[in-house]
Amino acid sequence: MVELEPIVGRYITLRIEGRDYRIYFEEAGEGTPLVCLHTAGSHASQFRHLMCDPAVTDRFRVLAFDMPWHGKSSPPLGWQDEEYRLTSDFYVAVIMAFIEGLELAEPVVMGCSMGGRVVIRLAIEHGARLGAVIGLEGSDRPAPWYHNSWTDHPEFVNGDFCVGLVSGLCAPQSPDAFRWETLWHYYQGGTGVFKGDMHFFRTDSDYVARSGDIDTTACPVYLMTGEYDYSCTPEATLATAGRIPGAEAIIMKEVGHFPMSENPAVFRTYLLPVLDKILARP
Amino acid sequence: MLETLAARVNENSALIRRGGFMSGAFLIEIGDRGFHVSVDRGRITNVEEGPFIMRGWSFAIRAPESAWRKFWEPFPEPGFHDIFAMNRFGHCTVEGDVDKLLSHLRYVKDVLAVLRRAPDSAGDDG
Repeated sequence: MVELEPIVGRYITLRIEGRDYRIYFEEAGEGTPLVCLHTAGSHASQFRHLMCDPAVTDRFRVLAFDMPWHGKSSPPLGWQDEEYRLTSDFYVAVIMAFIEGLELAEPVVMGCSMGGRVVIRLAIEHGARLGAVIGLEGSDRPAPWYHNSWTDHPEFVNGDFCVGLVSGLCAPQSPDAFRWETLWHYYQGGTGVFKGDMHFFRTDSDYVARSGDIDTTACPVYLMTGEYDYSCTPEATLATAGRIPGAEAIIMKEVGHFPMSENPAVFRTYLLPVLDKILARP
Repeated sequence: MLETLAARVNENSALIRRGGFMSGAFLIEIGDRGFHVSVDRGRITNVEEGPFIMRGWSFAIRAPESAWRKFWEPFPEPGFHDIFAMNRFGHCTVEGDVDKLLSHLRYVKDVLAVLRRAPDSAGDDG
């Protein structure tokens, strides 16, 4: 008998903005819920290492779902006649529907990239119901590093292009196996899905006017960014933390835009102390 | 600095396959030295150093020699590890027919990366 990983995958149907979405999620561990949000154009497998780390799963119930249109989650009925465009409202609605649907009490929400952006809005609007938020490669406003016209380029729906666009966001020190697995997730994306996520990430996620309203005594905010990330730069993360009283920013050495999947061994050395602090709260 | 580019690309069958739909020419500028790179279905057919007289190319990537040297380090420092990182932080410019670059993005990035020194190499600048 081969060894089974501790990760278990399940399907649920959530009603979001008046439509049904069949959602795939994975989980492992027991304890405080830790809801993980994948990056644009990818899926929840990015968190597989975390779900196999007893230092995390001994204390946390780690859950990661594929966003609608991503991974093994389905697009809604009628998708074939629609253009997928992720909005800030829809993104928040999906996350809250997942938390409420599984009756997760005071979950910690940790998102990366677009997930690291949306946790800012979650903390603004739903902070009282959350245990904490952790923004990986996160900031409170878009900072495009390529021209908006690129998203209209025919190549933007092509996996090879998506990989070319994000390949440099991995740190050069990250192990080849994990770098290429991280990039493979971009090849797996449905046509136009990464592009649709960019609507949120580039044009519909400016929270800078409200990020200072976050009550970090109710919902602590941790922002963790890799030094090699030129999409969400360390400077952008530090500036965001500066606008949120009580937020803590951590810049990770030899890590890029995908810490949990490109270099899990290095990432855990930064994450475990943060998780310790969250559990130590009264 | 690009003397070995053609040989290193052309011996890499995976890279040639990836560039199978790429034909044309682009310009790499290293400081004030221009290098005109011709590609035929993923194979580098010619690398020629300027000066050029009204020579055509589809896109150009220009950076000071110091930036390229950092880019080709085994573990480049942050900001020099990718042409888009270099562009974002002002270490290089990308000009011309960007559509052509976008259509063959991973191939072009991989072509430039073949000149990156291996971590245990003594310092062959290629």
